[in-house]
Amino acid sequence: MKKELLKEQDGQRDFNKRRQFLKLSGVVVIGSGLMMACSNDDDGTDLDPEVFDLGSGNLGILNYAYALEQLEAAFYTKVLDGAYWAGAPANEKRILEDVYNHEVIHREFFKTAITAVAPNDIVPQLEFNFSSVDFSSRASVLGTSKVLEDTGVKAYNGAGKLINVGDAAGMAYLTLAGKIVSVEARHASVIRDLLNPKSQDFAGDDILIGLSGTGKAFDKAAEPSEVLAEVGATGFVVTPFTAKNLPTS
Amino acid sequence: MNFIKILDMLSNKDLLSKAGSRRDSFDQFKKLGTSVALASIPFGLAATSAKTKAANSAMFGTFGTADNIDVLNFALTLEYLERSYYRQGLDALGLIPSADQTVFATISKHEDIHVEFLKAALGDKAIAEPTFDFTGKPGGLNLDPFGDYPTFLALAQGFEDTGVRAYKGQAGALANDNDLLQYALQIHSVEARHAAQVRRMRNEKGWITQSENTLPAAFAGIYGGATPESNKTQGGVDLAGKFGAFGGDNALTEAFDEPLTMDEVLAIGGVFIV
Repeated sequence: MKKELLKEQDGQRDFNKRRQFLKLSGVVVIGSGLMMACSNDDDGTDLDPEVFDLGSGNLGILNYAYALEQLEAAFYTKVLDGAYWAGAPANEKRILEDVYNHEVIHREFFKTAITAVAPNDIVPQLEFNFSSVDFSSRASVLGTSKVLEDTGVKAYNGAGKLINVGDAAGMAYLTLAGKIVSVEARHASVIRDLLNPKSQDFAGDDILIGLSGTGKAFDKAAEPSEVLAEVGATGFVVTPFTAKNLPTS
Repeated sequence: MNFIKILDMLSNKDLLSKAGSRRDSFDQFKKLGTSVALASIPFGLAATSAKTKAANSAMFGTFGTADNIDVLNFALTLEYLERSYYRQGLDALGLIPSADQTVFATISKHEDIHVEFLKAALGDKAIAEPTFDFTGKPGGLNLDPFGDYPTFLALAQGFEDTGVRAYKGQAGALANDNDLLQYALQIHSVEARHAAQVRRMRNEKGWITQSENTLPAAFAGIYGGATPESNKTQGGVDLAGKFGAFGGDNALTEAFDEPLTMDEVLAIGGVFIV
Protein backbone atom coordinates (compact mmCIF):
# COMPACT_ATOMS: atom_id res chain seq x y z
CA MET A 1 0.00 0.00 0.00
CA LYS A 2 2.70 2.40 1.03
CA LYS A 3 4.82 1.33 -1.89
CA GLU A 4 2.06 1.97 -4.38
CA LEU A 5 1.53 5.35 -2.91
CA LEU A 6 5.18 6.13 -3.30
CA LYS A 7 5.17 5.08 -6.90
CA GLU A 8 2.14 7.11 -7.78
CA GLN A 9 3.53 10.22 -6.27
CA ASP A 10 6.94 9.71 -7.81
CA GLY A 11 5.40 10.30 -11.18
CA GLN A 12 4.04 13.63 -10.09
CA ARG A 13 7.38 14.64 -8.76
CA ASP A 14 9.49 13.83 -11.77
CA PHE A 15 10.13 17.48 -12.42
CA ASN A 16 12.11 17.94 -9.27
CA LYS A 17 13.43 14.48 -8.63
CA ARG A 18 16.96 15.70 -8.93
CA ARG A 19 16.46 18.47 -6.48
CA GLN A 20 14.85 16.61 -3.68
CA PHE A 21 17.34 17.47 -1.05
CA LEU A 22 17.25 20.52 1.05
CA LYS A 23 20.11 22.46 2.43
CA LEU A 24 18.88 24.27 5.49
CA SER A 25 21.47 26.43 7.18
CA GLY A 26 24.21 23.96 6.44
CA VAL A 27 22.12 20.95 7.38
CA VAL A 28 21.77 18.41 4.64
CA VAL A 29 18.48 16.58 4.51
CA ILE A 30 18.31 13.94 1.85
CA GLY A 31 15.60 11.61 0.73
CA SER A 32 12.46 12.44 -1.18
CA GLY A 33 10.41 10.50 1.34
CA LEU A 34 10.50 13.48 3.64
CA MET A 35 8.04 15.44 1.54
CA MET A 36 6.11 12.30 0.83
CA ALA A 37 5.51 11.56 4.45
CA CYS A 38 4.53 15.12 5.23
CA SER A 39 1.92 15.24 2.51
CA ASN A 40 0.30 11.97 3.44
CA ASP A 41 -0.74 12.42 7.01
CA ASP A 42 -4.40 12.94 6.19
CA ASP A 43 -5.42 9.37 6.81
CA GLY A 44 -5.50 9.72 10.53
CA THR A 45 -2.19 8.10 11.32
CA ASP A 46 0.78 10.16 12.26
CA LEU A 47 3.19 9.77 9.40
CA ASP A 48 5.26 12.73 10.35
CA PRO A 49 8.52 10.89 10.59
CA GLU A 50 11.14 11.20 13.17
CA VAL A 51 13.82 11.84 10.63
CA PHE A 52 16.95 9.87 11.36
CA ASP A 53 20.13 11.79 11.99
CA LEU A 54 23.49 10.13 11.30
CA GLY A 55 24.74 11.22 14.68
CA SER A 56 28.00 12.66 15.92
CA GLY A 57 31.59 11.57 16.40
CA ASN A 58 32.83 8.24 15.17
CA LEU A 59 29.33 6.78 15.23
CA GLY A 60 28.21 9.48 12.83
CA ILE A 61 31.06 8.64 10.45
CA LEU A 62 30.25 4.94 10.63
CA ASN A 63 26.60 5.65 9.89
CA TYR A 64 27.65 7.90 7.01
CA ALA A 65 29.74 5.08 5.54
CA TYR A 66 26.92 2.59 6.14
CA ALA A 67 24.43 4.82 4.31
CA LEU A 68 26.77 5.10 1.32
CA GLU A 69 27.37 1.35 1.27
CA GLN A 70 23.62 0.74 1.42
CA LEU A 71 23.24 2.95 -1.64
CA GLU A 72 25.97 1.13 -3.56
CA ALA A 73 24.73 -2.33 -2.59
CA ALA A 74 21.16 -1.44 -3.55
CA PHE A 75 22.33 -0.14 -6.91
CA TYR A 76 24.26 -3.30 -7.82
CA THR A 77 21.36 -5.44 -6.64
CA LYS A 78 19.27 -3.73 -9.31
CA VAL A 79 22.08 -4.08 -11.82
CA LEU A 80 22.16 -7.85 -11.38
CA ASP A 81 18.38 -7.96 -11.81
CA GLY A 82 18.60 -5.93 -15.00
CA ALA A 83 18.64 -6.72 -18.69
CA TYR A 84 22.06 -5.24 -19.39
CA TRP A 85 23.76 -7.50 -16.88
CA ALA A 86 21.82 -10.54 -18.09
CA GLY A 87 23.14 -10.10 -21.60
CA ALA A 88 26.56 -8.61 -20.87
CA PRO A 89 29.84 -10.22 -21.97
CA ALA A 90 31.18 -12.73 -19.45
CA ASN A 91 33.96 -10.50 -18.14
CA GLU A 92 31.60 -7.59 -17.50
CA LYS A 93 29.11 -9.88 -15.77
CA ARG A 94 31.81 -11.22 -13.54
CA ILE A 95 33.15 -7.78 -12.67
CA LEU A 96 29.72 -6.41 -11.76
CA GLU A 97 28.91 -9.51 -9.74
CA ASP A 98 32.18 -9.14 -7.84
CA VAL A 99 31.48 -5.47 -7.16
CA TYR A 100 27.97 -6.35 -6.04
CA ASN A 101 29.38 -8.93 -3.62
CA HIS A 102 31.93 -6.48 -2.24
CA GLU A 103 29.37 -3.74 -1.66
CA VAL A 104 26.93 -6.11 0.04
CA ILE A 105 29.77 -7.31 2.25
CA HIS A 106 30.69 -3.71 3.12
CA ARG A 107 27.07 -2.97 3.92
CA GLU A 108 26.63 -6.03 6.10
CA PHE A 109 29.94 -5.41 7.81
CA PHE A 110 28.91 -1.88 8.83
CA LYS A 111 25.51 -3.13 9.93
CA THR A 112 27.15 -5.70 12.18
CA ALA A 113 29.82 -3.35 13.50
CA ILE A 114 27.46 -0.46 14.27
CA THR A 115 24.80 -2.70 15.76
CA ALA A 116 27.43 -4.06 18.13
CA VAL A 117 28.27 -0.64 19.55
CA ALA A 118 25.09 1.39 19.06
CA PRO A 119 22.07 -0.83 18.31
CA ASN A 120 19.62 2.03 18.82
CA ASP A 121 21.47 4.62 16.76
CA ILE A 122 22.19 2.77 13.54
CA VAL A 123 20.89 4.12 10.24
CA PRO A 124 17.73 2.25 9.36
CA GLN A 125 17.46 0.22 6.20
CA LEU A 126 17.16 2.92 3.56
CA GLU A 127 14.79 2.81 0.64
CA PHE A 128 16.07 3.77 -2.79
CA ASN A 129 14.58 4.70 -6.13
CA PHE A 130 16.70 4.08 -9.19
CA SER A 131 14.02 4.89 -11.74
CA SER A 132 16.35 7.38 -13.43
CA VAL A 133 18.76 4.56 -14.29
CA ASP A 134 18.11 2.41 -17.35
CA PHE A 135 19.20 -1.02 -16.19
CA SER A 136 18.99 -2.35 -19.73
CA SER A 137 21.59 0.14 -20.91
CA ARG A 138 25.32 -0.46 -20.58
CA ALA A 139 26.04 3.27 -20.68
CA SER A 140 23.49 4.03 -17.99
CA VAL A 141 24.59 1.21 -15.68
CA LEU A 142 28.35 1.72 -16.03
CA GLY A 143 28.00 5.51 -16.05
CA THR A 144 26.10 5.41 -12.75
CA SER A 145 28.53 2.87 -11.33
CA LYS A 146 31.43 5.14 -12.19
CA VAL A 147 29.88 8.08 -10.35
CA LEU A 148 29.04 5.97 -7.29
CA GLU A 149 32.53 4.48 -7.04
CA ASP A 150 34.33 7.78 -7.56
CA THR A 151 32.03 9.28 -4.94
CA GLY A 152 32.88 6.47 -2.54
CA VAL A 153 36.58 7.13 -2.99
CA LYS A 154 36.39 10.83 -2.26
CA ALA A 155 33.95 10.26 0.60
CA TYR A 156 36.26 7.86 2.43
CA ASN A 157 39.29 10.00 1.63
CA GLY A 158 37.55 12.98 3.20
CA ALA A 159 36.23 11.03 6.18
CA GLY A 160 39.62 9.78 7.33
CA LYS A 161 40.58 12.94 9.16
CA LEU A 162 37.12 13.19 10.75
CA ILE A 163 37.62 9.95 12.64
CA ASN A 164 38.62 10.53 16.22
CA VAL A 165 41.59 8.23 16.79
CA GLY A 166 41.77 9.04 20.48
CA ASP A 167 41.04 5.44 21.38
CA ALA A 168 41.80 2.01 19.99
CA ALA A 169 38.40 1.72 18.35
CA GLY A 170 38.94 5.01 16.52
CA MET A 171 42.27 3.80 15.19
CA ALA A 172 40.56 0.60 14.01
CA TYR A 173 37.90 2.65 12.22
CA LEU A 174 40.57 4.65 10.40
CA THR A 175 42.28 1.44 9.33
CA LEU A 176 38.96 0.07 8.15
CA ALA A 177 38.26 3.16 6.10
CA GLY A 178 41.66 2.60 4.49
CA LYS A 179 40.91 -1.05 3.81
CA ILE A 180 37.66 -0.18 2.07
CA VAL A 181 38.60 2.96 0.18
CA SER A 182 41.27 1.24 -1.89
CA VAL A 183 38.74 -1.38 -2.94
CA GLU A 184 36.34 1.39 -3.99
CA ALA A 185 39.23 2.88 -5.97
CA ARG A 186 39.89 -0.48 -7.63
CA HIS A 187 36.21 -0.62 -8.57
CA ALA A 188 36.31 2.90 -9.98
CA SER A 189 39.40 2.07 -12.00
CA VAL A 190 37.91 -1.10 -13.46
CA ILE A 191 34.54 0.46 -14.33
CA ARG A 192 36.28 3.42 -15.93
CA ASP A 193 38.44 1.10 -17.99
CA LEU A 194 35.39 -0.81 -19.15
CA LEU A 195 33.96 2.45 -20.43
CA ASN A 196 37.16 3.57 -22.15
CA PRO A 197 39.65 0.70 -22.35
CA LYS A 198 43.37 1.32 -22.01
CA SER A 199 42.93 5.07 -21.96
CA GLN A 200 44.05 7.27 -19.10
CA ASP A 201 40.53 7.15 -17.65
CA PHE A 202 41.19 4.49 -14.98
CA ALA A 203 42.86 7.34 -13.11
CA GLY A 204 41.81 10.14 -15.40
CA ASP A 205 42.40 13.85 -15.37
CA ASP A 206 38.62 14.22 -15.22
CA ILE A 207 38.58 12.90 -11.66
CA LEU A 208 42.06 13.49 -10.21
CA ILE A 209 43.29 16.80 -8.84
CA GLY A 210 46.58 18.52 -8.16
CA LEU A 211 47.72 19.51 -4.68
CA SER A 212 49.40 22.83 -4.06
CA GLY A 213 50.12 23.45 -7.70
CA THR A 214 51.17 19.98 -8.81
CA GLY A 215 49.79 18.22 -11.83
CA LYS A 216 46.82 15.91 -11.38
CA ALA A 217 47.85 12.79 -9.53
CA PHE A 218 45.67 12.73 -6.41
CA ASP A 219 42.16 11.55 -5.70
CA LYS A 220 39.74 14.05 -4.26
CA ALA A 221 38.83 14.12 -0.58
CA ALA A 222 35.32 15.45 -0.01
CA GLU A 223 33.48 16.57 3.12
CA PRO A 224 30.32 14.65 4.04
CA SER A 225 28.21 17.74 3.35
CA GLU A 226 29.43 17.81 -0.25
CA VAL A 227 29.01 14.07 -0.74
CA LEU A 228 25.53 13.99 0.78
CA ALA A 229 24.40 16.96 -1.28
CA GLU A 230 25.55 15.15 -4.42
CA VAL A 231 23.94 11.91 -3.35
CA GLY A 232 20.73 13.77 -2.56
CA ALA A 233 20.80 15.38 -5.98
CA THR A 234 20.74 11.99 -7.69
CA GLY A 235 17.26 11.42 -6.32
CA PHE A 236 18.22 7.83 -5.46
CA VAL A 237 17.58 8.10 -1.73
CA VAL A 238 13.93 7.83 -0.70
CA THR A 239 14.22 7.46 3.07
CA PRO A 240 15.03 10.84 4.55
CA PHE A 241 17.89 11.35 6.94
CA THR A 242 19.92 14.27 8.15
CA ALA A 243 23.58 14.86 8.89
CA LYS A 244 23.41 17.62 11.45
CA ASN A 245 26.06 16.48 13.86
CA LEU A 246 28.91 14.94 11.87
CA PRO A 247 32.37 16.08 12.87
CA THR A 248 33.86 18.74 10.64
CA SER A 249 37.50 18.33 11.56
CA MET B 1 71.01 -2.87 0.22
CA ASN B 2 69.23 -4.92 2.80
CA PHE B 3 66.17 -3.50 4.38
CA ILE B 4 67.76 -3.07 7.79
CA LYS B 5 70.05 -0.51 6.23
CA ILE B 6 67.11 1.21 4.61
CA LEU B 7 65.34 1.26 7.93
CA ASP B 8 68.38 2.88 9.49
CA MET B 9 68.44 5.41 6.74
CA LEU B 10 64.78 6.21 7.23
CA SER B 11 64.68 6.37 10.97
CA ASN B 12 67.71 8.52 11.41
CA LYS B 13 66.47 10.34 14.45
CA ASP B 14 69.75 12.26 14.47
CA LEU B 15 68.26 14.40 11.78
CA LEU B 16 66.27 16.27 14.34
CA SER B 17 68.59 16.06 17.28
CA LYS B 18 71.52 17.20 15.18
CA ALA B 19 69.55 20.17 14.06
CA GLY B 20 69.58 21.12 17.70
CA SER B 21 66.00 22.13 18.08
CA ARG B 22 62.70 21.78 16.40
CA ARG B 23 62.75 25.45 15.81
CA ASP B 24 65.81 25.00 13.63
CA SER B 25 64.13 22.39 11.56
CA PHE B 26 61.14 24.61 11.22
CA ASP B 27 63.36 27.38 9.92
CA GLN B 28 64.77 24.98 7.38
CA PHE B 29 61.32 24.20 6.18
CA LYS B 30 60.56 27.86 5.97
CA LYS B 31 63.63 28.57 3.92
CA LEU B 32 62.60 25.85 1.58
CA GLY B 33 59.20 27.41 1.23
CA THR B 34 60.70 30.49 -0.30
CA SER B 35 62.91 28.63 -2.73
CA VAL B 36 60.59 25.87 -3.92
CA ALA B 37 57.22 26.90 -5.14
CA LEU B 38 55.62 23.59 -4.29
CA ALA B 39 56.63 23.68 -0.69
CA SER B 40 54.13 26.31 0.20
CA ILE B 41 51.18 24.18 1.13
CA PRO B 42 51.92 20.86 2.81
CA PHE B 43 51.68 21.13 6.57
CA GLY B 44 51.47 24.90 6.33
CA LEU B 45 55.14 24.88 7.16
CA ALA B 46 56.07 27.64 4.85
CA ALA B 47 53.71 30.14 6.39
CA THR B 48 55.51 33.15 7.70
CA SER B 49 53.18 34.88 10.10
CA ALA B 50 54.28 34.74 13.71
CA LYS B 51 50.97 33.25 14.66
CA THR B 52 51.26 30.37 12.22
CA LYS B 53 54.84 29.86 13.21
CA ALA B 54 53.85 29.50 16.81
CA ALA B 55 51.05 27.15 15.88
CA ASN B 56 53.39 25.03 13.83
CA SER B 57 55.98 24.92 16.56
CA ALA B 58 53.32 23.89 19.00
CA MET B 59 52.20 21.18 16.64
CA PHE B 60 55.72 19.90 16.29
CA GLY B 61 56.18 19.98 20.01
CA THR B 62 52.99 18.08 20.63
CA PHE B 63 53.22 15.38 18.03
CA GLY B 64 56.86 15.32 17.11
CA THR B 65 57.57 15.50 13.43
CA ALA B 66 60.31 12.92 13.45
CA ASP B 67 57.88 10.06 12.98
CA ASN B 68 55.95 11.86 10.30
CA ILE B 69 59.18 12.65 8.49
CA ASP B 70 60.11 8.97 8.63
CA VAL B 71 56.76 8.06 7.18
CA LEU B 72 57.01 10.60 4.39
CA ASN B 73 60.52 9.47 3.54
CA PHE B 74 59.28 5.91 3.49
CA ALA B 75 56.56 6.96 1.04
CA LEU B 76 59.10 8.92 -0.97
CA THR B 77 61.31 5.83 -1.23
CA LEU B 78 58.43 3.88 -2.74
CA GLU B 79 57.58 6.69 -5.11
CA TYR B 80 61.23 7.01 -6.19
CA LEU B 81 61.19 3.30 -6.92
CA GLU B 82 58.01 3.48 -8.96
CA ARG B 83 59.11 6.60 -10.82
CA SER B 84 62.42 5.05 -11.77
CA TYR B 85 60.73 1.84 -12.82
CA TYR B 86 58.18 3.38 -15.17
CA ARG B 87 60.64 5.85 -16.64
CA GLN B 88 63.00 3.02 -17.53
CA GLY B 89 60.11 0.97 -18.83
CA LEU B 90 58.88 3.74 -21.09
CA ASP B 91 62.45 4.36 -22.28
CA ALA B 92 63.05 0.72 -23.17
CA LEU B 93 62.49 0.55 -26.92
CA GLY B 94 59.96 -2.02 -27.99
CA LEU B 95 59.06 -3.07 -24.45
CA ILE B 96 55.58 -1.63 -23.98
CA PRO B 97 53.17 -2.34 -26.85
CA SER B 98 51.68 0.80 -28.32
CA ALA B 99 48.20 -0.16 -27.09
CA ASP B 100 49.49 -0.05 -23.51
CA GLN B 101 51.60 3.10 -23.79
CA THR B 102 48.86 5.45 -22.61
CA VAL B 103 48.29 3.50 -19.42
CA PHE B 104 51.96 3.45 -18.46
CA ALA B 105 52.55 7.05 -19.47
CA THR B 106 49.64 7.97 -17.18
CA ILE B 107 50.97 5.96 -14.25
CA SER B 108 54.48 7.27 -14.80
CA LYS B 109 53.23 10.85 -14.79
CA HIS B 110 51.45 10.29 -11.48
CA GLU B 111 54.54 8.80 -9.86
CA ASP B 112 56.60 11.78 -11.06
CA ILE B 113 54.13 14.09 -9.37
CA HIS B 114 54.01 12.05 -6.17
CA VAL B 115 57.81 12.27 -5.91
CA GLU B 116 57.74 15.98 -6.62
CA PHE B 117 55.05 16.54 -3.99
CA LEU B 118 56.69 14.50 -1.25
CA LYS B 119 60.11 16.02 -1.91
CA ALA B 120 58.67 19.49 -1.68
CA ALA B 121 56.84 18.57 1.51
CA LEU B 122 59.97 17.19 3.11
CA GLY B 123 62.32 19.90 1.90
CA ASP B 124 65.84 19.21 3.03
CA LYS B 125 64.60 16.33 5.14
CA ALA B 126 63.93 14.39 1.94
CA ILE B 127 66.19 11.40 1.54
CA ALA B 128 68.19 11.13 -1.67
CA GLU B 129 67.01 8.75 -4.34
CA PRO B 130 68.47 5.28 -3.79
CA THR B 131 70.08 3.39 -6.65
CA PHE B 132 67.66 0.81 -7.98
CA ASP B 133 68.41 -2.45 -9.70
CA PHE B 134 65.23 -3.88 -11.14
CA THR B 135 66.83 -7.18 -12.00
CA GLY B 136 66.40 -7.85 -8.29
CA LYS B 137 70.08 -8.71 -7.96
CA PRO B 138 70.31 -7.18 -4.47
CA GLY B 139 67.73 -9.77 -3.46
CA GLY B 140 69.44 -12.60 -5.31
CA LEU B 141 67.10 -12.52 -8.31
CA ASN B 142 67.84 -12.22 -12.00
CA LEU B 143 64.80 -10.62 -13.63
CA ASP B 144 64.57 -8.87 -16.99
CA PRO B 145 61.68 -6.41 -16.62
CA PHE B 146 62.89 -4.03 -19.33
CA GLY B 147 63.49 -6.78 -21.87
CA ASP B 148 60.49 -8.95 -21.17
CA TYR B 149 57.05 -7.37 -21.11
CA PRO B 150 55.29 -10.00 -18.96
CA THR B 151 57.98 -9.46 -16.32
CA PHE B 152 57.54 -5.71 -16.61
CA LEU B 153 53.79 -6.08 -16.04
CA ALA B 154 54.31 -8.47 -13.14
CA LEU B 155 56.66 -6.16 -11.27
CA ALA B 156 54.40 -3.18 -11.99
CA GLN B 157 51.53 -5.05 -10.37
CA GLY B 158 53.75 -5.95 -7.44
CA PHE B 159 54.86 -2.36 -6.90
CA GLU B 160 51.33 -0.96 -7.13
CA ASP B 161 49.77 -3.53 -4.84
CA THR B 162 52.65 -2.99 -2.42
CA GLY B 163 52.16 0.76 -2.62
CA VAL B 164 48.50 0.47 -1.70
CA ARG B 165 49.27 -1.69 1.30
CA ALA B 166 52.21 0.46 2.33
CA TYR B 167 50.24 3.72 2.46
CA LYS B 168 47.42 1.96 4.24
CA GLY B 169 49.85 0.72 6.86
CA GLN B 170 50.93 4.27 7.66
CA ALA B 171 47.49 5.88 8.01
CA GLY B 172 47.53 5.39 11.76
CA ALA B 173 50.98 6.92 12.08
CA LEU B 174 49.81 10.02 10.23
CA ALA B 175 46.55 10.34 12.15
CA ASN B 176 48.09 13.06 14.33
CA ASP B 177 48.11 15.42 11.35
CA ASN B 178 44.88 15.85 9.41
CA ASP B 179 46.53 17.38 6.36
CA LEU B 180 49.21 14.74 6.09
CA LEU B 181 46.71 11.95 6.61
CA GLN B 182 44.49 13.28 3.87
CA TYR B 183 47.34 13.75 1.40
CA ALA B 184 48.43 10.19 2.05
CA LEU B 185 44.91 8.90 1.48
CA GLN B 186 44.68 10.89 -1.75
CA ILE B 187 47.81 9.15 -3.03
CA HIS B 188 46.78 5.77 -1.62
CA SER B 189 43.60 5.50 -3.69
CA VAL B 190 45.43 6.52 -6.87
CA GLU B 191 47.88 3.68 -6.29
CA ALA B 192 44.84 1.42 -5.99
CA ARG B 193 43.51 2.67 -9.33
CA HIS B 194 46.90 1.90 -10.88
CA ALA B 195 47.04 -1.52 -9.25
CA ALA B 196 43.62 -2.54 -10.54
CA GLN B 197 44.49 -1.44 -14.07
CA VAL B 198 47.81 -3.27 -14.19
CA ARG B 199 46.29 -6.41 -12.67
CA ARG B 200 43.66 -6.48 -15.39
CA MET B 201 46.32 -6.11 -18.08
CA ARG B 202 47.71 -9.38 -16.69
CA ASN B 203 44.26 -10.95 -16.88
CA GLU B 204 43.93 -10.80 -13.12
CA LYS B 205 40.95 -9.42 -11.30
CA GLY B 206 41.36 -5.77 -10.32
CA TRP B 207 41.04 -6.82 -6.67
CA ILE B 208 43.05 -9.26 -4.57
CA THR B 209 41.51 -12.65 -3.83
CA GLN B 210 42.78 -14.31 -0.65
CA SER B 211 46.60 -13.95 -0.72
CA GLU B 212 46.96 -15.17 -4.28
CA ASN B 213 50.35 -14.33 -5.74
CA THR B 214 50.83 -14.67 -9.49
CA LEU B 215 54.22 -12.96 -9.39
CA PRO B 216 57.54 -14.81 -8.99
CA ALA B 217 57.48 -16.77 -5.73
CA ALA B 218 59.96 -14.37 -4.15
CA PHE B 219 57.17 -11.79 -3.99
CA ALA B 220 54.64 -13.78 -1.99
CA GLY B 221 55.23 -11.25 0.79
CA ILE B 222 53.39 -8.64 -1.26
CA TYR B 223 50.15 -10.49 -0.49
CA GLY B 224 51.14 -11.94 2.87
CA GLY B 225 52.43 -10.30 6.00
CA ALA B 226 51.25 -10.00 9.57
CA THR B 227 47.80 -9.06 8.30
CA PRO B 228 47.68 -10.97 5.01
CA GLU B 229 45.33 -10.13 2.17
CA SER B 230 43.50 -13.33 3.09
CA ASN B 231 42.51 -11.80 6.45
CA LYS B 232 38.84 -12.42 7.26
CA THR B 233 38.51 -10.61 10.57
CA GLN B 234 37.48 -6.98 10.30
CA GLY B 235 37.01 -4.62 13.22
CA GLY B 236 37.33 -7.57 15.57
CA VAL B 237 34.51 -9.45 13.85
CA ASP B 238 35.33 -12.83 12.33
CA LEU B 239 33.50 -12.73 9.02
CA ALA B 240 34.74 -16.06 7.65
CA GLY B 241 31.98 -18.17 6.22
CA LYS B 242 29.36 -15.45 6.62
CA PHE B 243 28.91 -14.50 2.99
CA GLY B 244 28.18 -17.74 1.24
CA ALA B 245 25.50 -16.12 -0.91
CA PHE B 246 27.78 -13.23 -1.84
CA GLY B 247 30.92 -14.81 -3.23
CA GLY B 248 32.00 -16.45 0.02
CA ASP B 249 35.38 -15.94 1.62
CA ASN B 250 36.97 -15.11 -1.72
CA ALA B 251 34.73 -12.07 -2.13
CA LEU B 252 35.20 -11.22 1.53
CA THR B 253 38.96 -10.99 1.11
CA GLU B 254 38.55 -9.01 -2.09
CA ALA B 255 36.30 -6.52 -0.34
CA PHE B 256 38.99 -5.42 2.11
CA ASP B 257 42.56 -4.52 1.22
CA GLU B 258 45.04 -5.04 4.04
CA PRO B 259 48.01 -3.03 5.32
CA LEU B 260 51.69 -3.92 5.27
CA THR B 261 54.03 -2.74 7.99
CA MET B 262 56.99 -0.54 7.13
CA ASP B 263 59.37 -3.46 7.72
CA GLU B 264 57.37 -5.72 5.45
CA VAL B 265 57.39 -3.15 2.67
CA LEU B 266 61.09 -2.49 3.01
CA ALA B 267 61.81 -6.21 2.82
CA ILE B 268 59.99 -6.23 -0.53
CA GLY B 269 61.56 -3.02 -1.80
CA GLY B 270 65.01 -4.01 -0.59
CA VAL B 271 65.19 -6.61 -3.34
CA PHE B 272 65.58 -3.74 -5.81
CA ILE B 273 67.70 -1.28 -3.84
CA VAL B 274 71.46 -1.41 -4.29
